Amino acid sequence: MARITMREAISQALWEEMERDPKVFIMGEEVGLWGGTYAVTKGFYDHFGADRVRDTPIAEAAIIGGAIGAALTGLRPVAELMTINFAFSAFDHIVNQAAKMHMMFGGQMVLPLVIRAVGGGGRQLGATHSQTPDAIFAHFPGLKVVAPGTPADAKGLLKAAIRSQDPILFIEHATLYQTRGEVPEGDYIVPIGKSTVARPGKDVTIVTYSKMLEISLKAAETLAKEGIEAEIVDLRSLRPLDMDPVIESFKKTNRAVVVEEGWKSFGVGSEIAARIYEEAFDYVDAPVKRVAQTEVPLPYNHILEQMMLPKVEDVISAVKEVL
Amino acid sequence: MEKSDYLNLYHQMVVIRRLEERAAELYQQGKIGGFLHLYIGQEAVSTGLISARRAEDRVITAYRDHGVAINCGLSAKEIVAELLGKATGCSQGMGGSMHMADVKKNYWGGHAIVGAHLPIAAGLALGDLYQNQKAVTLCMFGDGATNIGYFHEALNLSKVWNLPILWVCENNQYGMGTSVERASAVSEIRQKADGFGMKNYQVDGMDVLKVREVAEKLFKEIRAGSGPQFLEVDTYRFRGHSMGDPERYRSTDEVHRWQENDPIGIFHKKLVEMKVAGDAELNHQADLAEQEIAEAVAFAEASPEPSVDVVFSNVYVEN
Ligand SMILES: Cc1ncc(C[n+]2csc(CCOP(=O)(O)OP(=O)(O)O)c2C)c(N)n1
Ligand SMILES: [Mg+2]
Repeated sequence: MARITMREAISQALWEEMERDPKVFIMGEEVGLWGGTYAVTKGFYDHFGADRVRDTPIAEAAIIGGAIGAALTGLRPVAELMTINFAFSAFDHIVNQAAKMHMMFGGQMVLPLVIRAVGGGGRQLGATHSQTPDAIFAHFPGLKVVAPGTPADAKGLLKAAIRSQDPILFIEHATLYQTRGEVPEGDYIVPIGKSTVARPGKDVTIVTYSKMLEISLKAAETLAKEGIEAEIVDLRSLRPLDMDPVIESFKKTNRAVVVEEGWKSFGVGSEIAARIYEEAFDYVDAPVKRVAQTEVPLPYNHILEQMMLPKVEDVISAVKEVL
Repeated sequence: MEKSDYLNLYHQMVVIRRLEERAAELYQQGKIGGFLHLYIGQEAVSTGLISARRAEDRVITAYRDHGVAINCGLSAKEIVAELLGKATGCSQGMGGSMHMADVKKNYWGGHAIVGAHLPIAAGLALGDLYQNQKAVTLCMFGDGATNIGYFHEALNLSKVWNLPILWVCENNQYGMGTSVERASAVSEIRQKADGFGMKNYQVDGMDVLKVREVAEKLFKEIRAGSGPQFLEVDTYRFRGHSMGDPERYRSTDEVHRWQENDPIGIFHKKLVEMKVAGDAELNHQADLAEQEIAEAVAFAEASPEPSVDVVFSNVYVEN
């Protein structure tokens, strides 16, 4: 196993899948000649050529709509949205076309489509460019939503997504690209829709995913020094949502904190808390706590932006509140 | 045009140039965060266009917006302060480089989603038409923005409703790293306006007086009720798309060729040839700009951080 960055892990998954299956191709803004805005597809254009690494105009609806059409013919497009904030310009095609077509036409149409999009705040990009709208997309049945928090999961989940028969939104976090971790070489697949225990513990369950996994792990380290052992469940996929490890953990700890980067209202934390109450009410010793972004469009000012985003200390104090 | 008018245009252009050069330095020092898109090379475009507007005419543009802000009459102080995220910034430190505005000066931003401000521009023009205001909306956008649906919807609507709007495409040859030829079905972008039956023109964007001349004509016609018109301005950005652009998509030769057509250099030469001003007088304008920007940076650095209350109190008008 090699210790590589999240960026390298994603790049590796794409590269290997393109080598394996000529039906896999990439389309998006600046994916080719530029080498990817976040350098994920660096070197792809020279190696695979302009036909398989297709630079598009700035036209998000055409990128996703076009990828849907290509997928219907049996190709396996990996359509890249430069950032998830631009997914709103393709919202109809993602949630109203891709998510509907298989069911609505009685199962005739199959869309093996992956949409890669990077999201997240904390880089002073201002309100329009800093969002974590994962929960919105997870609202729609017919679409799968995957958001890895480690390099190994990024590789394994992306490979699984590319081989899947369903439309999948694959959400990366911009401030995780440099994160390093052990990643298995070659054909490494992580099944979509399986949550996992990222850290064992007995006192409290922290449910999280993506960037907030990193924050939660840091909080757990600090808590451990005070004798509090947090168990962390990494959701990895928001839809399908695998509650089994969450419920199993909760039945042991009887206390939970959900940590997400997006806004709290109608969010991932709301869903997880509701499921815990529905599925494990008899085990509840304290109200489930949600840690999330303050409900404002993110300010540009660095200090204020950081203030609005969930922090390690927020997780620690939420844990202490439920204990 | 009086001598002072010429000097004023020259002054605005050198202020923009110096502002952008200092912004690049401040970015390198980590004092500016996020994305920073510089206007260096394109100064003649907005300077020429906006010099032809009246106070009641509205201006709206994309995220490459610092120069446009200067031309609309915002002070370098409030622009640099915004770049530094300070309370004294034109958007109170909430918007940053890409989201600057001053509605009192009829400068409606600073918009970071490509093409999204075009339908909004149509709405601004609708507001004026509806209320019988003899005002024109000037909407600027990049070549790349003409490939997104918003562009086509907005142009069509503006023609159908005969809105008082001047659409200006700043064709700087690239949308990020993608050249016009690789992204647009027609590389002469003005042709797209033909599809909407809209009168369209093209002008050399490195010559501020040419830009001003055509803009004056178009503002006049639109104000008189011609309906929307379209102008393509040929220009070039001398720096990368934003800070940290590896610029693999263009050759240094190409950049140098365009730099020989520096809009400030061209205007300088022209003013000397026209005997409007001498070298010394023009260099003095550059010194004034230098001083203005130095003061702006000092002001911005000494300014306070915005209070957190600004964040909460501005989410809604009615709390
Ligand atoms: C809808 C949308 N898609 C993608 C982007 C990312 N992006 C920002 S600027 C840009 C290029 C725009 O090029 P152009 O319109 O020519 O303007 P220029 O930067 O050359 O001034 C892109 C792709 C965005 N901001 N919004
Ligand atoms: Mg451009």
